[in-house]
Amino acid sequence: MSKVLKINKSAEESVQELLKFLLKSGKVKGVFTLRKINDNGAVAYSLVTSLDMLKDAVPLFPLMPANGGKLLSRLTLRGSVAEPVVAVVRPCELRAFIELVKRKQGSLENFLFISSTCSGVYPLEISVNGNIDKKLSQYWDATKRNEIVPDTRPTCKSCEHFLPYTADITIALIGKKDIGNKCEIFLNTEKGQKFVDGIDGEFVEGKLESEEVVSMRNKRKDEKKKLFDEIGIEKFGLKGLIETFGKCIGCHGCSKVCPICYCNLCYSDSQTYEHKPFVYEIELKRRGGLRVPPDTVSYQIGRLTHVGISCVGCGLCADVCPANIPISTIFLKVGDSVQKMFDYLPGRDVEEQIPVTTFKTEEFVEVED
Amino acid sequence: MKDEFAPKIVGFLCNWCTYAAADLAGTSKLKMPPSLAVIRVMCSSRVDPVLVLRAFLRGADGVLVAGCHPGDCHYEKGNYYARRRFALLKSVIETLGLDSERLQLSWIGASEGPRFQQVVTEFTDKIKKLGQNPMQKKTSL
Repeated sequence: MSKVLKINKSAEESVQELLKFLLKSGKVKGVFTLRKINDNGAVAYSLVTSLDMLKDAVPLFPLMPANGGKLLSRLTLRGSVAEPVVAVVRPCELRAFIELVKRKQGSLENFLFISSTCSGVYPLEISVNGNIDKKLSQYWDATKRNEIVPDTRPTCKSCEHFLPYTADITIALIGKKDIGNKCEIFLNTEKGQKFVDGIDGEFVEGKLESEEVVSMRNKRKDEKKKLFDEIGIEKFGLKGLIETFGKCIGCHGCSKVCPICYCNLCYSDSQTYEHKPFVYEIELKRRGGLRVPPDTVSYQIGRLTHVGISCVGCGLCADVCPANIPISTIFLKVGDSVQKMFDYLPGRDVEEQIPVTTFKTEEFVEVED
Repeated sequence: MKDEFAPKIVGFLCNWCTYAAADLAGTSKLKMPPSLAVIRVMCSSRVDPVLVLRAFLRGADGVLVAGCHPGDCHYEKGNYYARRRFALLKSVIETLGLDSERLQLSWIGASEGPRFQQVVTEFTDKIKKLGQNPMQKKTSL
């Protein structure tokens, strides 16, 4: 059981109220949240310090224009924020930020994290086509009815980790029938409780892990199985890999938006990655022909070995892929297998070491000859 | 004789143990198949899975990563990291439905010339049975 703040307003209004309270009372100096950019449904993450600008905040808007974890890492890469900032991010974004902090790419200092039980987000395509507003009622209806929201990202529909692990404050949305006029705000940490102290509302006790949450987790697990079966990653083999990644145009957009792919000087973007003429000569002699640019399969599997262990399954990679390669599903599947190997869940705990940076002296003898 | 398949294996050998073992096998005139193309690395943990992968996808019939026995690493714990990375790579490859039989991790100490001979001979035999790496003929990797 944990402490719950109840506000008699819709979820969206309640979170806005909470943010306003935090900023007005001076408990935080800044708010990191999604904000409306125009009336076409375009939203972007913003760091807001004035109450006036907070009016356009849409903290629960079902869109992820960029992974918030990656953005928070960019904000704090060269030093932590100097004054308290509240960040409203989705569970996978928070997990991504934790992974980046572990990799010394950001700092948690001075942040208060608000997250929610997450129904997922729509692909960016829906937003850039200006169709997202039509989808909003469908989104909230499905959330209330405890159903998987249709048309959201495939990785969202099959996400089991929709309860934030390290948020100070969690907005309960999934399976909550009354989010149109009531909102339950779970205060998971002492820090969270301290920050909301003095706000108007009723304080009660509650359990975040409700029956609805358990049932939703099972639905998502089934959905995940269905998704994996559909794409049949384990049956790929060489042929499947070439067919799947043969479509890759080599834009490397997937790595640009990936929160875990943080290297500024990526080997696969570098000149060393390009072959010298004699390599082409050798390859052509042997193969009789070569795809240009080559190495799409090696780029993707290479990224899988580097990033898979920390993949939080946010789904941005597939979202931005102009060739519609189901990258996020492949990453989710491979991520699952390598994370299971080490009993590791990315972003669960900032103290948990990334498996490739630690070891046990007695393990994996089966991979030795 | 001319048509017999001669595997090409890329070997990432750690400077302190396995490379020394390879030297020892040579100076001891131990006979073994000439299948291994050696790349000397300072430690087996230097071998990024991507390097193994690139050799494999470019058509190496086998890839051997070899270093000091656990507990004997010149840098104390490099080979433990190497083992984790190798396990991770194997898991990635297998999840994608590829055969990881062509990749091998072996521990060969500096004084183990005969073991080096044995590992190279046995791995070469295994690869001979598996045949040519099918990646070699693919044109759209």
